[in-house]
Amino acid sequence: MTAAVFFGCAFIAFGPALALYIFTIVTEPLRIIFLIIGAFFWLVSLLFSSLIWFTTATLIGNKDEPREKYLLIFGVLISVLIQEMFRFAYYKLLKKASEGLKTINPYEKAPSMRLLAYVSGLGFGIMSGVFSFVNTLSDSLGPGTVGIHGDPPQFFLYSAFMTLVITLLHVFWGIVFFDGCEKKKWYTLLVVLLSHLLVSALHVGSYFPNHGSNPRPLHWKRRVLTTRLPKSSVCILMNFPSVNTPMSLKPK
Amino acid sequence: MLTFMASDSEEEVCDERTSLMSAESPTPRSCQDGRQGLEDGESAAQWRSQESEEDHEEEDPDRYVCSGVPGRPPGLEEELTLKYGAKHVIMLFVPVTLCMIVVVATIKSVRFYTEKNGQLIYTPFSEDTPSVGQRLLNSVLNTLIMISVIVTMTIFLVVLYKYRCYKFIHGWLIMSSLMLLFLFTYIYLGEVLKTYNVAMDYPTLFLTVWNFGAVGMVCIHWKGPLVLQQAYLIMISALMALVFIKYLPEWSAWVILGAISVYDLVAVLCPKGPLRMLVETAQERNEPIFPALIYSSAMVWTVGMAKLDPSSQGALQLPYDPEMGGVKLGLGDFIFYSVLVGKAAATGSGDWNTTLACFVAILIGLCLTLLLLAVFKKALPALPISITFGLIFYFSTDNLVRPFMDTLASHQLYI
Repeated sequence: MTAAVFFGCAFIAFGPALALYIFTIVTEPLRIIFLIIGAFFWLVSLLFSSLIWFTTATLIGNKDEPREKYLLIFGVLISVLIQEMFRFAYYKLLKKASEGLKTINPYEKAPSMRLLAYVSGLGFGIMSGVFSFVNTLSDSLGPGTVGIHGDPPQFFLYSAFMTLVITLLHVFWGIVFFDGCEKKKWYTLLVVLLSHLLVSALHVGSYFPNHGSNPRPLHWKRRVLTTRLPKSSVCILMNFPSVNTPMSLKPK
Repeated sequence: MLTFMASDSEEEVCDERTSLMSAESPTPRSCQDGRQGLEDGESAAQWRSQESEEDHEEEDPDRYVCSGVPGRPPGLEEELTLKYGAKHVIMLFVPVTLCMIVVVATIKSVRFYTEKNGQLIYTPFSEDTPSVGQRLLNSVLNTLIMISVIVTMTIFLVVLYKYRCYKFIHGWLIMSSLMLLFLFTYIYLGEVLKTYNVAMDYPTLFLTVWNFGAVGMVCIHWKGPLVLQQAYLIMISALMALVFIKYLPEWSAWVILGAISVYDLVAVLCPKGPLRMLVETAQERNEPIFPALIYSSAMVWTVGMAKLDPSSQGALQLPYDPEMGGVKLGLGDFIFYSVLVGKAAATGSGDWNTTLACFVAILIGLCLTLLLLAVFKKALPALPISITFGLIFYFSTDNLVRPFMDTLASHQLYI
């Protein structure tokens, strides 16, 4: 494998997230802090879901193959649920924080909820992507041959694309979720949860060997998901009041 | 410990002497360092722990003075404090992150720092025992010895500081920096060259180490560009952290980390704590903190230098800006954060998730500590919250999250 695969996969998986970070987050210290707190919330949600999976696995015992599979699927579902719960918790925290900031600095423009939704989504996405992929990435540097036992040789490439998709999806989910919370449209939260479950569950299909061992690239799913989202979310993506638009593009 | 730098406090003491204050002002930390340097074979760990004490002590005088200028209405001061709070947090995130990156990169690539090659004299009990109970007992005993040495040194430091043994302290500090900047750098460079199989002749090596060390001594103890001083402080913290990671046995390291954050909490917050007493003494004497062992995120002498020495170089040429107060973090905090992350990288069975989790946990702890600093406006220990989060996340990620993520990744399931 070597450096080519390593750098290629690294940039595929983390390139857009890095670009988003450099162009929108790094300029404002407050956004960096909210990003890291978002990453921390995702981490805590992962911790809780691992705890539940681990205790369930220890209690039930995963000696036989199908039991291990079902336990893992159960773990995935619980993890998605807990992640969305922590997203809601982060929303509550940000709501309190922005109100606090407003009372303290009435003359200072506090970041809007849309911006915070974007930052929190990016925080979740970056942490999720990094945790999923960084061990695989470090393995790709080492000696070895992919697919030597008949596994698909595009393992790294596929994982990189999937990580990219998950990262961007977290950004979108964050925006839609916060928008639903702001406007009290609770069905939006359900949509986010269901789409997250769908994305995670899509892979479970390929987990079972009789469906074929070559998982399809799933980035087309992302496009489907984004176009199915309510119009408001698409508008949210387009209108970032706090992000600096280049002078040439500013409306007169 | 964390402190705000006060622009107004510097006003009073800004005069011709303050430009050279860095070379002459006494610090509790330097006292500890000096003692370290005098005793041969003293462990770097010791030096480092003492350093952390000094960090705490040095930060305290600054702690009590908040950002702001005399004559300003207090509400405005508070607004300014909070307005720049986020900036201060990032000004500390960056060096802490850089230090951790250096340590983790070295640990992952240079095998010297993960090889067992003996122990420090402050951790005499070996951990090579077969039974778990014995190993735990040995690590607790090691910790007790280390912490008691630290406490003794700190108290000695308070005594020396009270009796104004400034020359002693200063000499000690110079000795310790010499050791760090020359000896440890030479060892580090040697190991890095060995790892990458790069041949370097002795004259080139001598020239490199000499330049690095000499510029470091000048930057840290005398005058120099702020960025260069900060870079050198980060580098020496990383070197110290690496020495700790190499020479502390595994379980002892974790117990020591826990114990030192408890000690930090006690020493800084209790009314009779040695660090607090040092701070109060420094405040009574109205002496600025010695910059050699404290990382400053912004300029210190703004008014005086601008008025008296317009041709001075580097850090002293900032126009007076009352809002440019910064935050100071002791080097001991840098070192222990890096020890935690480095140990996670060294022993986490090659797992990057554990390292990243500890990194995020420490940053969040630092963020919370800075928030408390903004609220309470007094010297606070920077170790407890971050180290607690770091330890919790290390053990939980290593034992719970790692199997989960590994299983998910091997089956290409994404959550």
